[in-house]
Amino acid sequence: MNKRRVVITGIGAVSPFGLGVKCLWDNLLSGNSAVKMIPYFKELGGLRSSVAAVVPEIDFSVINRKKRRFMSPMSMYSCIAALEAIEMAGLNGDQITSRDTGLCLASTMGSSAESEAFFQELSRSGSIENVKSTMFFKTMNHSCASNTAQALGITGRIVSASAACASGTLAIGLAYETVVAGNQNIMVCGGTDELHVLATAVFDIMSAASCNYNNDPQQTPRPFDIDRDGVVCAEGAGILILEELEHALNRGVDILAEVIGFETFSSPGDIANSDSRTMSDCMEGTLEQAGLSAEGVSYVNAHATATIQGDIAEAQAINAVLGEKVPVSSLKGHMGHTMAASGALELIASLQMMRYGVLIPTRNLATPDPKCDVINLILKPQNITGCVILKNSFALGGISATILIRRSIHD
Amino acid sequence: MTDAEAIGIINDSMVREFELDPETMTPEAHLVKDLEMDSLDFVDLVVVLQEAFGIKLRNDSSVKEISTLGDLHDLVLQKKRQLEAEKK
Repeated sequence: MNKRRVVITGIGAVSPFGLGVKCLWDNLLSGNSAVKMIPYFKELGGLRSSVAAVVPEIDFSVINRKKRRFMSPMSMYSCIAALEAIEMAGLNGDQITSRDTGLCLASTMGSSAESEAFFQELSRSGSIENVKSTMFFKTMNHSCASNTAQALGITGRIVSASAACASGTLAIGLAYETVVAGNQNIMVCGGTDELHVLATAVFDIMSAASCNYNNDPQQTPRPFDIDRDGVVCAEGAGILILEELEHALNRGVDILAEVIGFETFSSPGDIANSDSRTMSDCMEGTLEQAGLSAEGVSYVNAHATATIQGDIAEAQAINAVLGEKVPVSSLKGHMGHTMAASGALELIASLQMMRYGVLIPTRNLATPDPKCDVINLILKPQNITGCVILKNSFALGGISATILIRRSIHD
Repeated sequence: MTDAEAIGIINDSMVREFELDPETMTPEAHLVKDLEMDSLDFVDLVVVLQEAFGIKLRNDSSVKEISTLGDLHDLVLQKKRQLEAEKK
């Protein structure tokens, strides 16, 4: 029996640039930055990084109040992004609420702001009397998945496998495998996150957050650059509709791309740093799944968050697997690290690059670090030649995930 | 604070918390049938009113007997008067 093939039929985005895939794409194409100085961060003792990229104000009233009351921002982001993706995929209510449709969505963690508010109230009053009934539903590890499924009316399987910064790519990969296995015909999938100082603090404590550009925020982060100084945390949501090929063809819907490979591996040697060997094994495993050689890859959308060690490890891993010719860029320079959303948002952006035939270079990459300059780091927009894109995501916790997409089912 | 001012605070808090149309906030409005509030809304309603007036409602069985917005106004005004009397 032939392996079931999986295609992407819808995409939706809420990014630090604003609402929608078009907004994301237009800003990336223009080379814009969404990074800002966050005044609240400046007031906190010991926090050296004062920059982040946040989602601008969005009207969430399209989400029914009785569903929205259980949602922190991350769930609202994913819900809005899912509605855009579903509309693009042309799925009707019956198709979304069918047992044939599932959801795979993850965030780094439940809402830290909501947990913080609970414990602050407990500390202030010594009582839970003034805690609202909706609090817990915002703090669960799978809050974003459950809330989005509730709002959309999903009745198939719900999976929320959190893997920090690799959550989005892992979710898409698990959704892909779910459809390949025949367990669902359609999967709504991706990642979402909301900014909380906890994320920036975690990186700052490990001396991996950007601290040197607080007064010039749009100059950071600087993936692969000699003057990079760490991560800039961000927020947003990216949602894709994955669908079994025949199912999509029968519906007559436009196919945006095909998912042709996915792999995820662990590096147990170090919980804080993904090692280059695991990264390269993950990319190789993905290529093997797709039956592709290195020459078949047209572009790599790197994880590259602008940490000193991480960028070098990834550049060396890409070099080991794909050589020094394939174009590589990171989108963290434009919109920071959208955490659990990054894999999905950046895959959506990569898909747009393929559709429009132009590769977006890494913003803020002026002088490549010689240790990273072992791959083809593109410094200006260029036309894409070929039709296969590889997307990397690597996470605290030692998790690597790589996904491979092809422009057309006929390529 | 007059009774009318207290009722204004109750109504404004509910409009804000539950995104209600101010024009529906009549004393005859049924909290479930007209204002479409459910059991979790009632939990949060108690929290909102406790915060607004400093009264205790969470363990008060009379909350369960409320049907209309007018009933709610009466209960809150009664609890508010009790609190003021205790303070004196």
